[in-house]
Amino acid sequence: MLRRSNPIQLATIAVLALLMQTVTGDVATAQTKKAEAEFTTGSSDPLIDFANQQIRQTWDDNEVKASPVADDAEWIRRVYLDIVGRIPKAEEVDVFLAEDDKTKRSKKIDELLANPDYVRNWTEIWTNLLIGRNTPDRTSRLGMRKFLRESFARNRPWNEIVYDLVTAEGHYEENGAVNFILAQLQGNIRSEDYHVEATAKLTRVLLGMQVQCTQCHNHPFNEWKQNQFWEFNSFLRQTQRIDHDKYDPESGRDVDDYSELVFRDFAGPVYYEMRNGLVQVAYPKYLESEVSPEAPNRREELGNLMAHDDPSHTVAKAMVNRTWSHFMGYGFTRPVDDMGPHNPASHPELLDRLSEEFVKSGYDVKQLVKWICNTEAYNLTSRFNEENEFDKPSAGEVPLFSHMYVKTMNAEQLYDSLLVATNADQSGAGNFQQVQQQRERWLQDFLRIFGGNDEDEPTLFSGSIPQALLMMNGPLVEKAISAEKGGYLHTVLSSSRFRNDNARIQALFVSALGRLPSRYELSQLSGAIRKYPNKLAAYQDVYWALLNSNEFIVNH
Amino acid sequence: MKTSTPAGMSRRHFMNHLALGGATTLGATHFLSNLEANAAQVSNNQKACILVWLGGGAPTIDMWDLKPGSKNGGEFKPISTKGDLQISEHLPKIAQEMDSLSVVRSLSTREADHTRGRYYMHTSYVPNPTVVHPTFGSVASYELGTKRKNLEIPSFVSIGGGSMSSGFLGMSHAPFVVDARGQIQNASTGGMDKQRLGQRLGMLSTIEDGFIKSGRGDVGQAHKDVYKKAVNLMTSDQMSAFRAEEESAEVRELYGSTPFGNTLLMARRLVETGVPFIEVQFPGSWDLHTDVFNTLKDQRLPLLDSGISGLVRDLKQRGMLEHTTIVVMGEFGRTPRINQNVGRDHWATSWSALIGGGGLQGGRAVGETDADGLRIVSESYLPGDLWATVSHALRIPLNTVHTSKRGRPMKLANGGQPIQDLIG
Repeated sequence: MLRRSNPIQLATIAVLALLMQTVTGDVATAQTKKAEAEFTTGSSDPLIDFANQQIRQTWDDNEVKASPVADDAEWIRRVYLDIVGRIPKAEEVDVFLAEDDKTKRSKKIDELLANPDYVRNWTEIWTNLLIGRNTPDRTSRLGMRKFLRESFARNRPWNEIVYDLVTAEGHYEENGAVNFILAQLQGNIRSEDYHVEATAKLTRVLLGMQVQCTQCHNHPFNEWKQNQFWEFNSFLRQTQRIDHDKYDPESGRDVDDYSELVFRDFAGPVYYEMRNGLVQVAYPKYLESEVSPEAPNRREELGNLMAHDDPSHTVAKAMVNRTWSHFMGYGFTRPVDDMGPHNPASHPELLDRLSEEFVKSGYDVKQLVKWICNTEAYNLTSRFNEENEFDKPSAGEVPLFSHMYVKTMNAEQLYDSLLVATNADQSGAGNFQQVQQQRERWLQDFLRIFGGNDEDEPTLFSGSIPQALLMMNGPLVEKAISAEKGGYLHTVLSSSRFRNDNARIQALFVSALGRLPSRYELSQLSGAIRKYPNKLAAYQDVYWALLNSNEFIVNH
Repeated sequence: MKTSTPAGMSRRHFMNHLALGGATTLGATHFLSNLEANAAQVSNNQKACILVWLGGGAPTIDMWDLKPGSKNGGEFKPISTKGDLQISEHLPKIAQEMDSLSVVRSLSTREADHTRGRYYMHTSYVPNPTVVHPTFGSVASYELGTKRKNLEIPSFVSIGGGSMSSGFLGMSHAPFVVDARGQIQNASTGGMDKQRLGQRLGMLSTIEDGFIKSGRGDVGQAHKDVYKKAVNLMTSDQMSAFRAEEESAEVRELYGSTPFGNTLLMARRLVETGVPFIEVQFPGSWDLHTDVFNTLKDQRLPLLDSGISGLVRDLKQRGMLEHTTIVVMGEFGRTPRINQNVGRDHWATSWSALIGGGGLQGGRAVGETDADGLRIVSESYLPGDLWATVSHALRIPLNTVHTSKRGRPMKLANGGQPIQDLIG
């Protein structure tokens, strides 16, 4: 499909194409008409039509006029960030914009799902969800990643992945799936609380149910009762971590060796105390299915019920809701992991239908992504207008998906995008392992500063002064604008293709923001550049400003 | 075109320019427009709290609540103080200031694990998988910092690190971490002159404003606001609060002329600048499972003694003690029983914290443990009661309620009540 060609040449062509698009100015009107007709990415699947109808219905019901379809430049940056976790390279933007094919969006979605970066991105997302951004003590992030990487690379059915996460036993690097539960098992095994965090996390992340409040009391405003928490909890009682130490001759002390998740001898019911001091008893029970307390392996029972024997498809619904929220900024419920009769979904029929089809597809995660990315809603611009500006979930409104919601990049997306925009990984790179280590180091630094709160909704900007300082003055951006050989700035400045200030500024815009500068921006920036005695410094500062801008750090 | 890196960049050089030049010399880009020449105004009467954190859990039975005559008593003797209580013989300088400080001797806090104890003592809440509670410094920042319009530096500073998260109060109230020398990570812009910084920021402004105007919601403006604060910080006169070395040798001597003393001095300068909450990490661990008495007597206590006594005296001389609350504690105390390695282990059942200033009563021992230090024989207190006492001193209303991201109301200091003997 894509011939090996000179990226700079392509860049020039696309810059011109883009420029013409901007200058002609009636792109927006043309696109509005297109949206009013039938929008399609080129993919034909009745489920996508159904989704579009459902979403349009809520627009009509709420009398909003949806925003037009995003132009290709806006959309390509978004779909890269969402599927492969980074912005597109300048030449990837160029090729896509230059392509004249009505089905190019759906083709791009397929192509990105086949890209190894999809596996890397999904592994990263789920590692963070399952064990958090800060790895708990004696838990193997490496093992967790390995399990997920292998699973997503083979596109294993989601219910099988869930089954493994729930039932796994063994060494934390040999069977990486154990790290999900291992990460939640800390403290004293004799304590009644030993399995509490695992209970709360498992139900929340895999089932989209928040039963944790019912650990101590009946839920004040949903139907979960206190016994439900302890019923789930009793499935996990036959579980414990074993930490192995080894002697370190250098320090003369015992140090961590490895950990494992093993079967723990436990039988009978779980006892818990009610607020009024009465002691109650709970038996293993998953939703409506009771399990004999004599069952030899309760976690296997639970895994089977969740993955294969749940007529309400709770696991599928939770995954659909979370994946929808990943792409759209908001799920069908808020929070995304608090589903149930007390918290009705914004688009219940769509959620049910998507879940049903997801099950029918054999819990095919890539298929789910395709459905979502090919919907009309995912393809709209993030600009809103007077007739849909109240579709603003950040102000507490129920999302209507009448325009794309702006998401802020997470730490991983930001890092990987900075590398793309600047080729920083290519200028003085080193081998794969060094590059990985550098990434880990920077992410640690960044997360310490950034907070990395796993609870934050992606649509909120939670930036802080230290984060701004890290971007403004930190080593990564400094390297990005250093104009070392191989870096993007060097490439632009040393190429005879970009002869004048305007062409160079345009190239830097495409690389960082995936779009051309407006006329106003161009005149302001080229005016500013002329005041510099040193041209290199001028371009470094343009790039610095682009990489530090609000537009760079958001996915819109 | 030249593509090499320009030579002659020196970060320090530029920061000096910025910091000394301050508000008046910078270019007129509107990023910098709200800098005012008088922004570094000293405000002596603003309420503040300095938390000195004894990480690892200090053996308070050897410091504030000695048990002479008990098998648990250990090697140290109590001495009389200027207050109405006795403390360890190895804290003689603090003893001279005890008319201004009190000891709460009946903390019972149940969390004897480092991580859980640290969380509990900082937030007043036990760890809970559903929510991250804010450390009290973030609460003070949220309640007080936002009202101090002249404050250009963050309103919760953690010197030496080791504080906790701002939780659901958000990143703008997270501890702003500086190292023990007051160095701020990434606050320097390399060897760039101020004119070029202005040019950079001007270009940034062009791009940011375009995005803000594109009709995509509040994120763009929120980002610009944070950058504005960061630039103000980089260029603010108030940054000098972080430079304890600007104090005279005489003042530094008062604090013991140690790195720890300098961090406390920095804390005082931050209070003067208007920062409502400063947490100072004590350098060195108090997790003394072995050889507790020698370590205390030769290392930890002399350092603590000169530092804390210096801080109290200095604040008093400047008339700031009435407005500045001091809390000295760690995540728990240590076992009354002395183990086979002449150490003490983790103990949360009955232990002490030092608290004073801010208009609180000094010279008192509040609460009581039994003769062996094993049990509390008076009313006992929780971290929430300590922080409610501090809230009282900071004039944060006790009925303040914060709302978690999931909409749950959270009482200030977990509903703790001010300790009557301290506020009476």
